[in-house]
Amino acid sequence: MMWLTWRQARIQTLVTAGLVAAFAILLLATGPHLVTLYRDSSFATCHRGCDQDASNFLNQLASSSPYHLIYLLGALLLVLLPVVIGLFWGAPLIAREVESGSYRLAWNQTVTRERWLTVKLGVLGLTSMALAGLLSLALGWWASPIDHAAAVGGSGGFQERFFPTIFGARGVVPIGYAAFAFALGVLIGLLIKRTIPAMAVTLAVTAVVLIAMPLAIRPHLISPVRTSVPLTTADIQGLTTSANGTDLQVLAGTPALPGSWVLSNQVTTTSGSTNLGAVPAACQPSTNAGPKACFSALAAKHLKQSVTYQPASRYWSFQWLEFGIFLTVAILLAWGCFWSIRRRLS
Amino acid sequence: MIDFHLDARSGVAPYLQLIHQVRHALRLDVLREGDRLPTVKEVASGLAINPNTVLKAYRELEYQGLVSARPGVGTFVTGTLSGASLATHAPLRRDLGRWLDKARKAGLDDESIEALFLATFRGAGRGEEEDIA
Amino acid sequence: MTALDARGLGKQYGRRWALTDCTLKIPEGHVVGLVGPNGAGKSTLLNLAVGLLAPTTGTIEVLGGIPADGPEQLAKVGFVAQDAPVYPSLSVADHLRFGAHLNPGWDAGYAERRVDRLGLDPAQKAGKLSGGQRAQLALTLAVAKRPRLLILDEPVASLDPLARREFLQDLMEAVTEHEVSVVLSSHLVSDLERVCDHLVVLAASRVQIAGDVDALLASHHRLIGPRRDLAQMPAGQDVIEAHHTDRQSTLIVRTTGPVLDPVWMVEQLSLEDLVLAYMGRASESARSRRPVLEVQS
Repeated sequence: MMWLTWRQARIQTLVTAGLVAAFAILLLATGPHLVTLYRDSSFATCHRGCDQDASNFLNQLASSSPYHLIYLLGALLLVLLPVVIGLFWGAPLIAREVESGSYRLAWNQTVTRERWLTVKLGVLGLTSMALAGLLSLALGWWASPIDHAAAVGGSGGFQERFFPTIFGARGVVPIGYAAFAFALGVLIGLLIKRTIPAMAVTLAVTAVVLIAMPLAIRPHLISPVRTSVPLTTADIQGLTTSANGTDLQVLAGTPALPGSWVLSNQVTTTSGSTNLGAVPAACQPSTNAGPKACFSALAAKHLKQSVTYQPASRYWSFQWLEFGIFLTVAILLAWGCFWSIRRRLS
Repeated sequence: MIDFHLDARSGVAPYLQLIHQVRHALRLDVLREGDRLPTVKEVASGLAINPNTVLKAYRELEYQGLVSARPGVGTFVTGTLSGASLATHAPLRRDLGRWLDKARKAGLDDESIEALFLATFRGAGRGEEEDIA
Repeated sequence: MTALDARGLGKQYGRRWALTDCTLKIPEGHVVGLVGPNGAGKSTLLNLAVGLLAPTTGTIEVLGGIPADGPEQLAKVGFVAQDAPVYPSLSVADHLRFGAHLNPGWDAGYAERRVDRLGLDPAQKAGKLSGGQRAQLALTLAVAKRPRLLILDEPVASLDPLARREFLQDLMEAVTEHEVSVVLSSHLVSDLERVCDHLVVLAASRVQIAGDVDALLASHHRLIGPRRDLAQMPAGQDVIEAHHTDRQSTLIVRTTGPVLDPVWMVEQLSLEDLVLAYMGRASESARSRRPVLEVQS
């Protein structure tokens, strides 16, 4: 049964593993030089107030081309990997057997279909998780100088690792994604019984889940922290009003919360109301007073920034929580496969 | 060794056909005492027929005293058909030839001769009597 | 032992019953032909027998066990599904490895000898084989696991006459060599006549008649005689098929005793005639079946 699993999954396993290996080699090749750049930067030796040094380091990286590209490529690959696994490992597993009729050959050997499914799910599921884990580990190792810097002071197009697009490309979460996408693909293939439609549905559901997770679910896994900071002139970045001069909105730069995931940042009055009152005279276009005067006038309103965020210290809690959720769902999906395969196919 | 064949359209049961072919071969001296018949496997796979059919035929031939099965070795011809040789019935053959001449002179064509013969043959089997003109 | 024991077996798809009230007992040690028109339920019955389908009503037992119930049961039965499914991208040698890995009772020597004798190239992908070669490969896989029962679903339906003959020859050789029982289905009696010694006729999703071929042929006759009203037939003579002209009746009857009435000319039936008679009767009764009207009082 092990032989059969490998023999039938030969091509997709080799291709996926090849891609992962190729990228890992790329990381291996460029990693040491990145470490050198890091050690030579002022950020490495800085102990306090390092956000400027961090930004300098990141800007330097962004300018010497391959690093930003590899960084983004890594994030992209780690999003694509579960999709590829769901589509090419999961969906065809049972769908192709049913579609081609070969299940009538496979399920009449001296192996029950439950054992057939167990070995296939187990071997390929664990392999896909291992590949995802390997890729995440390699990328995490390679990007650790960047992640350290981005946690202190971001720029250059690099984000801190708690940021939604990077969160799913580090740590243990990709392993959960891989397990989920694989189990989902297998179950959908089992239900739809046709390879191409199963692949399409798997793609759609995986995409929806991977987008919905950071947008709708992850922010609420642990109740976020709410804090407020007085709004100073230095923080103000601009303002907007509606067409008739009412509904004042002030745009402010995020207060320094290194490594945290800021969910929302609103300028409110001291009492917390979003109605900021009248637009100051200095800010009216007719007055032509200049931005400095306008911003001072705004600061005089004694506004504050209400920030909702997940602190950096919770990063690993979130990683393990999300990994746990996806792994649990994967196990439930796998159980669904067993339940469905016992009801004979017609 | 005898080579069997099967006429699927003759309406005669396969095992009977095999028996007839053995008996015919014995009459024509193609099969002699001591000859080995093909194995059940050879016949079944050669003709694509059920091995039980072959077994049935061989058993019937054994019952008729014509063959004998030796376990592990094969089935061998042990008997002959009494008066089997065509040569010993020359007088009958001559009589038959004369009757055929008469039938042709009477104006019967081949089909009518065959029908007349078969009707009489079968009627004789049922115990009826017919006058052959 | 009973090779197949079905009691009240039925399978429903949506509103249609593919198999209805099938009660059947097939003994071991025979080559059993399952014959019937397309859509009669032959494939359904065979798929139920190997556990690829679950019954809607009734029960089925194969070699004393529930189909596909566990490895021991799966080892007892070899199956070649319709159109002899194989893995197109796997080579012939891969298929043998497949069989060896998945079946503890695999007879590797037999499988290799057979592939050799069939002239199959072990490295050739199974998808490139001809229909006859695929059927032979599928048969090899089913026989080499040394089952007690072989179930073949229309194995020769799409084969040319030569491939058909070769397949049946090899099947008979396997039956003689390994003492395995066979159940094979076809919609043509001519395929089955030579190889089967037991017959089941399935038509209109029901079993019409089943039994030993010799016994069936001995108990069914064609009667030709003057026009006769069917009600006047003696008891013990079951009329299966009747054709009447204004002066003559031709009947196919099933009878336990001899036909004594001298007015009849009694003829032997071929197996094909017998099967056609039962299939004809089944389609007649299927056509004339009317729904029962319930009268509410």
